[in-house]
Amino acid sequence: MSMLKAPLLLTLAWRNLWRHRGRTAAILFALALGVWSMVSLAALSRGSMEQQLVKAILNLTGHIQIHAPDYRDDPVVEHRLSPPGAALTAALSRPEVTAWAPRVRVPAVVASERESAGVTLVGIDPARERGLSFIPDAVTEGRYLESTDEAGILLGRKLAERLETGVGRRVVVMSQDVNNSVADRGFRVVGIFDTEPQAAEEGYVFVTLASAQRMLKLGDNISEIALMTTDRDRLDGLLAALRAAAPDLDVQPWTVVEPLLVLTEKIVNVILIVWYVIVFTAMSFGLVNTLLMAVFERTREFGLFQALGMPPRHILGQVLAESCILLAVALALGNLGGWLTVLALKDGLDLSAFAQGFEMMGVSPIIYPALRAGDVTAANVLVTVLGLAASLYPAWRAARHVPVEAITRV
Amino acid sequence: MEHTVLCRNVSKVYRQDTVAVQALTDVSLEIPRLDFVCLSGPSGSGKSTLLNLIGGLDRPTGGEIYVDGNRVDQMEKGALAELRLRRIGFVFQAYNLIPVLTARENVEFVMQLQGVAAGERTRKAREILKEVGLEDLENRRPGELSGGQQQRVAVARAIVSAPSLVLADEPTANLDSKTAENLMQLLRHMNREHGVTFIFSTHDKLVMEFSQRLITLRDGRIVDDVRRD
Repeated sequence: MSMLKAPLLLTLAWRNLWRHRGRTAAILFALALGVWSMVSLAALSRGSMEQQLVKAILNLTGHIQIHAPDYRDDPVVEHRLSPPGAALTAALSRPEVTAWAPRVRVPAVVASERESAGVTLVGIDPARERGLSFIPDAVTEGRYLESTDEAGILLGRKLAERLETGVGRRVVVMSQDVNNSVADRGFRVVGIFDTEPQAAEEGYVFVTLASAQRMLKLGDNISEIALMTTDRDRLDGLLAALRAAAPDLDVQPWTVVEPLLVLTEKIVNVILIVWYVIVFTAMSFGLVNTLLMAVFERTREFGLFQALGMPPRHILGQVLAESCILLAVALALGNLGGWLTVLALKDGLDLSAFAQGFEMMGVSPIIYPALRAGDVTAANVLVTVLGLAASLYPAWRAARHVPVEAITRV
Repeated sequence: MEHTVLCRNVSKVYRQDTVAVQALTDVSLEIPRLDFVCLSGPSGSGKSTLLNLIGGLDRPTGGEIYVDGNRVDQMEKGALAELRLRRIGFVFQAYNLIPVLTARENVEFVMQLQGVAAGERTRKAREILKEVGLEDLENRRPGELSGGQQQRVAVARAIVSAPSLVLADEPTANLDSKTAENLMQLLRHMNREHGVTFIFSTHDKLVMEFSQRLITLRDGRIVDDVRRD
């Protein structure tokens, strides 16, 4: 199509679209609704996924963890490591590391005077956990751990309820020490924390690193080092540096430590693609039907075009131009609608009516949508490419008429 | 003599399911340049079929057709479209104009396909619309024009890019007698002033009166060919 013909075809396409204002408005609304649903659902899914990721990473995962080689298979006190040496400390001081902390993390039993429960005992450096895990900000009753060696303990609310204990009461923690003997120690409950998922509230108890090391006769040994970085998706350089600094240790990114998270993200991607295809299929029926109606109504007109010397490819181009205009306007409206929806929900979409179910899945009942350029681009490209592909049939129908048959058709 | 149209033993058979309908049988015809020819005959006599074949809108079953020396019946689709664009103007009985374009845009349409620059297109379109007496209605769409006015726009469009041949299939069929007479006067004027060969079909005796040459068809054959000037 030469440049001279393009304005003619676009003019014809634009004016033809407005010959049936109602019909054009209806298909535009349907297409825009489809695009809006694609963009909005993608933003909500991404937002929810992002929240889950952030939560899981803050749930003692971090971006990278360092352990003794067998710890991840069997997280017991025997699989411990020494405090970081000079090389590892230097690697942990790289600028992309925003926080790191040593931890003791072993299975234990906690008992009140009424009940007992199996838990994970986590010994932490209270100050170093800030910006690294959820616990510094999760204490809603009592207080957070203050000094590095105090004898206080933090319990999750669900666990405290189960143990029928509370702030100011004493509990006993039992575990196995480095000599394979049962170690036990009494702690005073100084704080109760609330968090999601509920399993974390029931599964973790927090004491200071020094208390845990003393109780388990660890000396200055620890179970793990967790660290947070500036970009969780760009860890290769740091991982290489850490592995070089600590060749005998198991240094793994969050994607390996929490493979379920990666799987969940992949599932979200697949669900989005399936959703896109379903919405597009519904949209394409409307689009093809509208274009076919428009083509059938204008059979004589297409015959006239051909009689006047318009080549069939220009007739094909004219119908495709109509489709392009419909798609472009619908995409603009749908994207605008999606963006406004995300803007309107910037304070979160509150689904707390279904909160219990969400919490059980580890999903926050308040979803903050996250509009990702990749998702919006994928939706727009899919709608444009497949929309034009779907329009080829009506366009081909329009272009293939023999002029005399088209003109003489009543 | 230089021929604008030459038909040799042209025949056309339409097939509808298993029935064959002989629309034209062995038609031979020579139409010299600047002729003003009327094809007459009753409905079904083959007038429109012959016009469509000459214009390359349809293909004959047998025979040869030449327009300006180009063999139309063997041309590829693209070449036919190009021939219609450059050398043939059409005026149909109805549905002549593109409904979404104004009168001037309709007249400019063919020139736009030919790649004529915008300024020249508009100038030529205005000139020809003035010649057909529609200079004040150039911005009206077909739905806002009377039947006669629409046919005048169609004539203007057919003539504006200086084709060598204009084919008009019953151009007055939907017009009252006064408007039909005016339109025929316009066609004759265009034939003389613009040097264009005209072939039109009609079964209206009043319209036949305007022709230089009257060819009568019946049952797909030429039964009479009278030069009247």
